[in-house]
Amino acid sequence: MSRRSNDKLHMRNLLGTCALAVAAALFQWITPVRADPPTDTIERPNTEVMARALQSIWPNPKDGWEKRIKQDDTQSSCSRYRNDPPSEEAKVITERETARIVLPAGGKVLGDWKKGEKIASNGRGGQFSDPPGTENGGNCYACHQLAKSEVAYGTLGPSLTNYGKDRGFSLDAAKAAYAKIFDSEATFACSNMPRFGVHGFLSEQQIKDVVAFLFDKESPVNK
Amino acid sequence: MKNYKSLFSIAVLSLAFFGLPTLTRADEASDTGKEIEHYREMIDDPMANPGYFNVDRGEQLWQTPRGSKAVSLQTCDLGKGPGVVDGAYAELPRFFADANKVMDLEQRLLWCMKTIQGLDTGDVLSRKFASTGTTSDMEDLVAYIANKSNGMKFHLSLATAQEKEAYAVGRELFYRRSSLLDFSCATCHGEDGKRIRLQELPNLSKPGKDAQSTMGSWPAYRMSQSQTRTMQNRIFDCYRQMRMPPPDYASDGITALITYLNKQAEGGVINVPSIKR
Repeated sequence: MSRRSNDKLHMRNLLGTCALAVAAALFQWITPVRADPPTDTIERPNTEVMARALQSIWPNPKDGWEKRIKQDDTQSSCSRYRNDPPSEEAKVITERETARIVLPAGGKVLGDWKKGEKIASNGRGGQFSDPPGTENGGNCYACHQLAKSEVAYGTLGPSLTNYGKDRGFSLDAAKAAYAKIFDSEATFACSNMPRFGVHGFLSEQQIKDVVAFLFDKESPVNK
Repeated sequence: MKNYKSLFSIAVLSLAFFGLPTLTRADEASDTGKEIEHYREMIDDPMANPGYFNVDRGEQLWQTPRGSKAVSLQTCDLGKGPGVVDGAYAELPRFFADANKVMDLEQRLLWCMKTIQGLDTGDVLSRKFASTGTTSDMEDLVAYIANKSNGMKFHLSLATAQEKEAYAVGRELFYRRSSLLDFSCATCHGEDGKRIRLQELPNLSKPGKDAQSTMGSWPAYRMSQSQTRTMQNRIFDCYRQMRMPPPDYASDGITALITYLNKQAEGGVINVPSIKR
């Protein structure tokens, strides 16, 4: 077979393939395959539908618990933007949250690091399964690495090993850490970290103890 | 039978906790993969997986005449026609025209008990989660019915407006932050490869492998509780840790959340009851 007729054959094959493709596309167009709807085109529910859903899940919360179902302004905004707010909204959030921070009187932010270590390990408090009077824990280890000796740490947050040491044990850095624990969203809008101070989940003394755990030279975080 | 089960649980737990006494916690962490592989083998062995006691009891319950009408559940329509159990779990939650709402398996079973059997579900609900010495009809029935979808893939068509709305509500709930710690489901289940302490967290915010292996492995026999638990129980426990009030069992909102999660698990193969920590 000459080279020329080979090319011809090739051309015919190509044309044939094209015709087949067009036919297949046409066939699909005439008889579309019934596919499931893509989920990203499903619209978000309106507030009335959501209110009904919430009412169905928590119809009769016991006294004092109904406020846990309602959202504050920042929770509502971070939910709406799925924790990725546009920059203008992020600014609104960080400004609003900054105004919520209450620093300890006299600017003393360092407590007892040994107590802070216990708070960092304690994941109890505030659950419907907790007996009344259960002390709240910060549960820092659930998400952060702290003392190198503790290997059972989570990774939802960054490692805080050597936190104070890396910051030269500076008092300003300790104050900033107090503020972050009190209200993480003043620094990072829609941070995953709880606003421990805003909700009063940890007391002023407890936050000081946790700051000491991060900043004390004797703390295993800095060893 | 019950004694055998307790003995088994003790044996398994002993193995899990005291089996490797000389290892450090770090070694244990690196051994987690092997342990999981071991459980995976047990899952497929009805003689080694205590969840199969629930499957057997559930099958009995399904066939037992009860309620004021003294009939069994064998005419209950789980979505694939009256009495069809095979493959039903793989397509739930779904819209049921007779009840005019989207229902998950647990909600649907309660509906069938009330309407077909005329059963007062108060007693059933008081035992919604089994405890020592008390079995749960719901956990037994779910174990039996879900097991009848083993080897099948999740497929939620979301063909009706009601199903689309349930999906949308579930997705909204997934991202909804609230309560004392500002948590939503996405706080823990929104990124790949994260852990709480040493516990690995599935990313349920996107369709695919994590959602498939998670949703395809409930109901599960939980060694830490010595009980077989369902997705309703798992979500109940999530909201407890999120510092929310106890969610109402088999409520429309929880069904919506399960609709979202099972849709994320689309195409995932079901293999239950599994064995979990």
